[in-house]
Amino acid sequence: MAAQKWVGQSLKRTEDPALLTGCGAFVGDLPFSNLCHAAILRSPHAHARIRKVDTAQALRAPGVLGIVTGADAARLTGPFPVGVEAPVKYYCMAIDKVRYVGEPVAVVVARDRYLAEDALDLIEVEYEPLAAVVDPELALKSGAPLLHEAVGSNLACHRKLRYGDPERAFLEADVVIRARFRFPKYSSTPIETYGVIASYEPTTGVLSVWSNFMGPFVMHSLVARALNLAENRLRFVAAPDIGGSFGIKTGVYPYIALIGLAAMNTGVPVRWLEDRREHLLASSSGTDRVAYRELAARKDGTILAMRSRWIDNVGAYIRSPEPGCTFRPISNWVGPYRFENLEADASVVMTNKSLTGPNRGYGCGHLYFEMERMVDLLAEKLAMDPAEVRRRNFIQADEFPYRTPTGGLYDSGNYPGAFEKAIETARYDELRQEQVRARAQGRLFGIGLAVAVDPSVSNMGYITVALDPAVRSRPDYHPKSGALEAATVKVGPLGKVTVVMGSAPQGQGHRTVVAQVVADELAIAPDEITVIDDLDTFTRLWGVSSGTYSSRFAAVGTSAAALAARKLKDKLIDYASRLMEVPRESLNYSDGMVRTQSGEGRPLSLRELAGQAHWNPDSFPKGMEPSLEATAVFGFAESKAPDPQDRVNASNTYGFIAEVMAVEIDPETAAIKILRYVTVHDAGTIINPTIVRGQIYGGALHGLGGALYEELVYDDEGQLLTGSFMDYLVPTASEAPTIEIAHIESPSPFTTLGAKGLGEASSMTVAAVLANAVSDALKPLGIQIDELPITPSRLWHLMEASRGTAR
Amino acid sequence: MKPSPFEYHDPTSVNEALELLRRYGPEAKILAGGQSLIALLNFRLSAPAALIDLNRVAELSYLKHENGTLRFGSMLRQRAIEFSPLVLQRLPLLAEATRLVGHLPTRTRGTIGGSLAHADPAAEYPTVITALDGELVIRGSLGERVVRAHDFFQGVMSTALGPDEILVEVRLAEAPPDSGCAFEEFSRRHGDFAIAGVAAMVVVDGARCRMARLAAAGVGPIPMRLRAAEEILEREGLSERAINDAAASAAEIVEPAGDLHASADFRRHLTRVLTRRALARAADRARGK
Repeated sequence: MAAQKWVGQSLKRTEDPALLTGCGAFVGDLPFSNLCHAAILRSPHAHARIRKVDTAQALRAPGVLGIVTGADAARLTGPFPVGVEAPVKYYCMAIDKVRYVGEPVAVVVARDRYLAEDALDLIEVEYEPLAAVVDPELALKSGAPLLHEAVGSNLACHRKLRYGDPERAFLEADVVIRARFRFPKYSSTPIETYGVIASYEPTTGVLSVWSNFMGPFVMHSLVARALNLAENRLRFVAAPDIGGSFGIKTGVYPYIALIGLAAMNTGVPVRWLEDRREHLLASSSGTDRVAYRELAARKDGTILAMRSRWIDNVGAYIRSPEPGCTFRPISNWVGPYRFENLEADASVVMTNKSLTGPNRGYGCGHLYFEMERMVDLLAEKLAMDPAEVRRRNFIQADEFPYRTPTGGLYDSGNYPGAFEKAIETARYDELRQEQVRARAQGRLFGIGLAVAVDPSVSNMGYITVALDPAVRSRPDYHPKSGALEAATVKVGPLGKVTVVMGSAPQGQGHRTVVAQVVADELAIAPDEITVIDDLDTFTRLWGVSSGTYSSRFAAVGTSAAALAARKLKDKLIDYASRLMEVPRESLNYSDGMVRTQSGEGRPLSLRELAGQAHWNPDSFPKGMEPSLEATAVFGFAESKAPDPQDRVNASNTYGFIAEVMAVEIDPETAAIKILRYVTVHDAGTIINPTIVRGQIYGGALHGLGGALYEELVYDDEGQLLTGSFMDYLVPTASEAPTIEIAHIESPSPFTTLGAKGLGEASSMTVAAVLANAVSDALKPLGIQIDELPITPSRLWHLMEASRGTAR
Repeated sequence: MKPSPFEYHDPTSVNEALELLRRYGPEAKILAGGQSLIALLNFRLSAPAALIDLNRVAELSYLKHENGTLRFGSMLRQRAIEFSPLVLQRLPLLAEATRLVGHLPTRTRGTIGGSLAHADPAAEYPTVITALDGELVIRGSLGERVVRAHDFFQGVMSTALGPDEILVEVRLAEAPPDSGCAFEEFSRRHGDFAIAGVAAMVVVDGARCRMARLAAAGVGPIPMRLRAAEEILEREGLSERAINDAAASAAEIVEPAGDLHASADFRRHLTRVLTRRALARAADRARGK
């Protein structure tokens, strides 16, 4: 392993000067001549049959070049393949029915966006409104409005999974805790909305699409299928800069198909930039969930088993990568705890709401909200300190790698160590003393704890747990797995190093980080290295798992870059051994030079080696490829398809989070004030501490949004009530609490540098720690938080009801 | 989110603007700071035939102090008010409320006249003007008229302004000696419209309260003047008990509606809490604490 001179340093991001001076190149900045603009007519109904779409008048409007309707989509496209057995036909636009408010019904292509929107007003659509359903539990009742006639119910997928012996554990338990939770539908509203430019060349039959799609690139195959294009006639280019995604931009792929269809149909290059109203109405969000939880424990606090019944709401159509919301955390369903018995009854339901997909924390915010509330309820039932209950159940530091009952392989960690660090940093005991004083004064002061295993680098195979093992064992079924990333390192004729990635980042600073990693490997300075990180499916090495999502880059991207650099270094030494006419074993590489170990002879610099290699390739020995270029594809040995018992290692690295929060609640207004927020992370080797800090702040604030402010609220008729930033409240800097961050480092044995992902991090714990703190503060009133977001109005009503009972 | 087509005019004088208003009648919209109208246009919730932009009408941007009255040109930016030493000294209630109007970048565009003419019942300025009995100077084809705040706000986003009229000036009497004021607001995030807000000013005279002014935001179709609560204080002074009674009275007067962010009951409850807090703070200030 190379000496780590640059890895671990807070290097300033090389991306920032361009971004800070307005020189970024986002989809909306890309220069095209003759660009035409699309506007999308969207359904005003949550559920309706489309009787007629009349575009005659709109087609005559000024500047209009063409209009695409459901009839065109039915004729020219197919439905996107879905990850479940239910025959859900999800097209890029509504064909005969609309199933959510905002569903695309027609696309106008015009000379500019204004004219396109003017023409939208002239399209006449005749709807036959149908009854709508938005509540996932109601949607499962008999007689509920049916979204997809061919499916026969609103259930997209149901799995009952069982590990260990939960029945016996519940029978033998001293205590059983039961609770119901509701998790809200919220998004992440990246500052840049979706953007797509599609251009079709009839002569070659190639459709090229520039967009801010960031993966997983399995969606490329889905779009090719939907558009009936050969995959090598469909080119995806990720814009050089993407203004945030947080998973949400995975959902741009249906729009790639839609705008691709518009471009193919009208014969002009078409640009569509989603506006904020469209984004809130019809981009993507996390699922809302109703969860019924049971926990079995011994009276000493040892957890024996958990049961969960989940009803996940994926909106009007289940679409890939759903039901990832349900199964992405499968390997860490036990969290950091040791119990072996669990049962999960998962229903994935379709209702007349907008569609869902990954949203920072993907399924883990839901998981830990429920789980950590349950642990606190257990502590309360047993009159134990919640810290003590957690200590009693942790997987211990000497148990790694640890196989979870659901098939996860926790690579490394020290959960008790990180937890105690959080307890010490927060001075937990002093907070408890302060609480005693505060309660004596009648103040509502609470302390919350939350711990979580933080999974990263999804194994693409996990999603097939949605299928029954009987389906997965059919002879014509092909197992799915994998989490790959490729990197190429090359040295140019003048000795300079370029690294080609193709990771499609959205602001994570990959160029900076890769330069740090390769600088260490090649013992040169990071600023001498140029890193290319945009993805073009025609030129980059990519696969279905490519992209930047599931916090994968720090683990898999840096591993590929380091391995490619090592390969190149080997090659340099081999080549130098030929030029210097000494055995390879007698050579060393350091400071960008190849030297003999004895110090004899003239050392060769990278520049000299590159010069000779490029200008005189005849100098390469026989059998050696005449180039100074190395490509590595990194994958994980433990990324396998699910086994017949539904066990799967769904992620590849598993970090850890331990948090402590102290809050005070205004007894009159129910306003929650966060007094302390301590978060301790173990993400293995830290490559750039400043970038890590940024990720933790962002994740925490994002999760806080879902916990306190953000929800896509629908009325019973399926109308969205939070259609603008006036009503969909995103926390701003003013709402951000002070966050105290600390780390421990347990390097992953499975990644080249020991690094793990951390991009989602506190987004999956902050709701749990906050709900625990608020419940603790309200203990005198006997209030337990089981629903998010915790709005002041909702909280005040709970407090009033409790006081009313007390009076 | 692109507006429907409209004609755009940027007159440089009030007379020119009035002339344009006469030409278009109710088909025209006046653009001030654009903090509400631009969003309405982009959502196509408003589709006027013409936009009359007052941003080049220099004669409407002023702040004058004459004979105990502060006169604000309607195009005066909120930021100018926020940073005016004169306002801070003579009208501390307006200064305090201004810091709750949106965010600094929006206050650099938003104007006092625009906020009042838009007449959002949850906004701070209409509430302050209502509490302080402000006067609004309106100019139209028939000349100028002066309307009291009480008569200006007529319903949710509805005012006494006729289709051919422009709000040109706002007049507020400077705070009397021995007065204290406070603006208390509850919102889900800093800078949001109030779920409930209360503007209070009291004038003390020994143990007595010579004058009390109270208005509430976000709890009715217009900013609610809380006269019955004021009378309790003017009758009984500023004791803790009187303040509590006034707060209880305020909660009875208001007509809150429930919405996504807060129930009607919660808003009513907040009116009581915020009235009490605003009065306690205003009384302390009046007593020089």
